Amino acid sequence: MYQYNQQDQTLIEERVAQFRGQTERFLKGEIDDDQFRALRLMNGLYIQTHAPMLRIAGPYGLLSSRQIRKLAHIARTYDKGYCHFTTRQNIQFNWPKLEQVPDILGELASVQMHAIQTSGNCMRNTTSDPLAGICKDEIEDPRPYCEIIRQWTILHPEFAYLPRKFKIAVSGASHDRAATQFHDIGLHLVKNADGEIGFKVFVGGGLGRTPVIGQVIRPFLEKKHLLSYLEAIVRIYNLFGRRDNKYKARIKILVKEAGLDTIREQVEKEWRLIKDYLELDSERIEAITAQFAPPDYDPDAANDQSFSQSLEQNPDFATWAKHNTVEHRIPGYRAAFISLKARDLPPGDVTESQLDLIADLADRFSFGEVRSTHRQNLILSDVRQQDLFSLWQQLVSAHLATPNIGTATDIICCPGLDFCSLANAASIGIAQGINAALDDLDYLYDLGDIKINISGCMNGCAHQSVGHIGILGVDKKGEQWYQLTLGGSSENEAAIGERLGPAIPKDQVTKVITHILGVYIEQRREDESFLQTVNRTGITPFKERVYAHH
Amino acid sequence: MRIIKDKQIVEDNWHFVADDTELPVGDITVSTARWRRDKPVLLKREGNIGLRIDSTEAVEDIAEDLPYFRLIELNFSTFTDGRSFTQASLLRSRFKFSGELRAVGNFMVDQIFYLSRTGVNAFALKNSDQLPVALANLYDFSVAYQASATG
Ligand code: SF4
Repeated sequence: MYQYNQQDQTLIEERVAQFRGQTERFLKGEIDDDQFRALRLMNGLYIQTHAPMLRIAGPYGLLSSRQIRKLAHIARTYDKGYCHFTTRQNIQFNWPKLEQVPDILGELASVQMHAIQTSGNCMRNTTSDPLAGICKDEIEDPRPYCEIIRQWTILHPEFAYLPRKFKIAVSGASHDRAATQFHDIGLHLVKNADGEIGFKVFVGGGLGRTPVIGQVIRPFLEKKHLLSYLEAIVRIYNLFGRRDNKYKARIKILVKEAGLDTIREQVEKEWRLIKDYLELDSERIEAITAQFAPPDYDPDAANDQSFSQSLEQNPDFATWAKHNTVEHRIPGYRAAFISLKARDLPPGDVTESQLDLIADLADRFSFGEVRSTHRQNLILSDVRQQDLFSLWQQLVSAHLATPNIGTATDIICCPGLDFCSLANAASIGIAQGINAALDDLDYLYDLGDIKINISGCMNGCAHQSVGHIGILGVDKKGEQWYQLTLGGSSENEAAIGERLGPAIPKDQVTKVITHILGVYIEQRREDESFLQTVNRTGITPFKERVYAHH
Repeated sequence: MRIIKDKQIVEDNWHFVADDTELPVGDITVSTARWRRDKPVLLKREGNIGLRIDSTEAVEDIAEDLPYFRLIELNFSTFTDGRSFTQASLLRSRFKFSGELRAVGNFMVDQIFYLSRTGVNAFALKNSDQLPVALANLYDFSVAYQASATG
């Protein structure tokens, strides 16, 4: 993975010093609340219901064991012993003290981590495919480009005060695992007719209050123009994005109101004026790509016989291996998911002792690297199949082997009313209710691939509008109700879920979900997935069942 | 009034003249509306002339007149309005404005580093107590990933 050079290191250390000074001046009353708010947000610091929340960047989801240990240390020393992984591959601490945040940032800087631009109206952490570099369907590894974009976005002086937040995602595989069509800019590595690899550029996608699927602004962009094209888009957005209404300030609204053709014309015009100044040379691309070179894979890995024996002898292991590991482009290797969706823990949460263990397991079994995923799990990406059994045993002992990846209990869930000051309703409790109702593993596996996403308010941090089943907390006269949608997807066949009907009260949610799943079982044809069934039947049969009971 | 210019605290004698006010002697800045309206008069008077532009204005519209101006003030209505950063960048890198580029209005001292990177070289603070902090903030970072607008 990318290792900081002296310049990278100096920059984040100077950033810590800057924020330390700002925090001191704020505490002395020399910076007002509004101004400090903007400054702290761009250092990842929110003021939440109970305490500040600190969001740390997980650059395109890649973390080293050393960084994971540092997160464990911070959780122990400055927080209540755990942290939370978000849908954008970032890490959140829910209980830091404002005065200690500069110290925490200093600790992070010592392991090449930061919280720069993890919030605020600026360019955010760039996200990517958690299987980058190891999946079979890859056109090219997107991570070097993510790193190039990371550097370009960090402290970009022109774009720190945009109309609203701005998110970029990059995918290098034919299967989009990075929800690129729901980002302000989505980049797909593609091959053109001449066999040359470049980017297909999407613009104006987004979730939140007004979910919009991104549109193609440029079908093919040469690699060397990556940064100039991004700069042109963000510059047009900075100048013309709406600043009068924060709910209409994202680039998706600009694209919608002005029309894609107009925006394209403006962007291309701007781009032509800057493209020669901001060219990415191939040496730079190569130098960064070299930092993502494949690890030293064991050439004998595929000769192993023990894996198939373990599978035969231990059905629990076999179940886990089937659901929580995926194939790897190198024979004899697999990528192993660490499920952060155990029944008794909030989705995406992980404790300090679990983090320490994960770091050790990464060192032992996966070249010291850990990845975080869009669906709030972790991955050890390069595990020899002969090591999977030992890995599994260790994960079981730490409660990290719930064999539910990709199933209905692998729920994306925001912090909701338990932590977030913007929430209308709880989300963690809803996830736990559904999880408890689906405790029969055979039934869970029979249901197959179902993505349930739960957000505690319209801001949609858990991307409910693209969940196969989306659950959105709404406030009805001070009570917690939930609005359901069906048929959303953030993958290649991007779709926004359709509203099922009127909101339902909190105590009915679990029951309604089981009804929806029941309708699917009745309606499905052969091996049709939930999403395929919903797409074929429409929402009517689901609606009839759900509202017949109310 | 004391301002920061070229990384120093200096005394400054420029004045912004509102659209409906009589023109005083000395160095003045005016709005683009007044510039367009009174250009001949403004050019005939003694003293230097500068322009104050709001974040909503398009800098390409004044590009042709840039040689007349010794000073351009970028007027922040609120510190969250980031358009001035792009204006600065365009004035320097695209339109090659080489006079003084000054931030005025409601920007904050904690934006001074970024502003300087986009080509702003002078800062008129509302509160002169903040001059030392502002000056120090110009040195917040010794490294950057992006080229400066002034090269
Ligand atoms: S979706 Fe709403 S409740 Fe949930 S974390 Fe985001 S802002 Fe908070």
